Amino acid sequence: MTVQTLKEMLSLTEFHLAEPEREVSGGYAGDLLSWVMGRAEAGSAWLTIMSNQNVAAVALMADAACVVLTEGVQPDPDLLRRAREKGVNLLGTALPTYAAACALGRSLGL
Amino acid sequence: MKLYYDLHLHSCLSPCGSDDMTPADLAAMCALAGLDVVALTDHNTAGNCAAFCRAAQRNGLLALAGMELCTREEIHMICLFPTVQAAEGFSRQVARRLPPLKNRPELFGHQYYMDEWDLVLGEERAMLLAAADIGVGEAGALAARFGGVAYPAHIDRASFSLLSVLGLWEPSLGFSLAEVSPRCSPEFRQRSDLTGVRLITSSDAHSLDQVWTAEHAMDLPEATTHAVLEYLRGDLPF
Repeated sequence: MTVQTLKEMLSLTEFHLAEPEREVSGGYAGDLLSWVMGRAEAGSAWLTIMSNQNVAAVALMADAACVVLTEGVQPDPDLLRRAREKGVNLLGTALPTYAAACALGRSLGL
Repeated sequence: MKLYYDLHLHSCLSPCGSDDMTPADLAAMCALAGLDVVALTDHNTAGNCAAFCRAAQRNGLLALAGMELCTREEIHMICLFPTVQAAEGFSRQVARRLPPLKNRPELFGHQYYMDEWDLVLGEERAMLLAAADIGVGEAGALAARFGGVAYPAHIDRASFSLLSVLGLWEPSLGFSLAEVSPRCSPEFRQRSDLTGVRLITSSDAHSLDQVWTAEHAMDLPEATTHAVLEYLRGDLPF
């Protein structure tokens, strides 16, 4: 499933879509950036409520397919700028993290 | 004597610190800003403290060696020490508790070691922008083992702060001192749960233009590292 497809299936808000054809192979939910950095697998859709600029760098370090800001969180201006600069797929949803993770799991056929 | 301070400054060793934050230039900028007491607090390392302290002394400043520790909970803590050697000892303990991640300079920025004349000595390969496996409740005791003090950084900020992570001020952690950022609102300072907590203000400067003009002062009997640490511990009138 591509990020574009995921966006349509979950009706995600697009903050920045740099690479819509990137393949989503799994998911990761977490807000402690250092935890995510060492544990999220490449190709994950990363669900988080963190919206500071380090999120973009961590997403790249973890090679996440996209970041999904949950709970209606809006990206900080610095995060949006970094996502544009570095080409990070940045999406959002009003769903709570758990519900978003369940919906992601269903989309992936889990 | 009234001494203007800024006890939260980053150098080019912090990945997010500007490469222009070299020890000599940062020290000179602090002197220009009218500061008297300064501390270098890079993320999870005291590796540039020796250089910065020498450069600061050259500029007539009282300089403390320190670190901005990122705890297991991702709470940032300012840790300050009586000597560079003590800070380096603490730094070695922290290094052993950092995850085995490599920095990616193109994403996070460079981590340069420099001498007091801004000569590049090398680059730290380990990822310094990570959380050490040290709990917020352990940090104070660990710093004290090296003669230092530790207190929560920028508690008014929405990320990497004790209040943003724990959700409330936890008196059982025993912190009687906390740092707020220069933009902290008067309302925040009046929070009832912070009654009795002494608040100090530092810049958290990551670039030279963020080194603020001297504004916040401490009243000390003498301009020594010992007196600064006593003041921070609450052994002197606030």
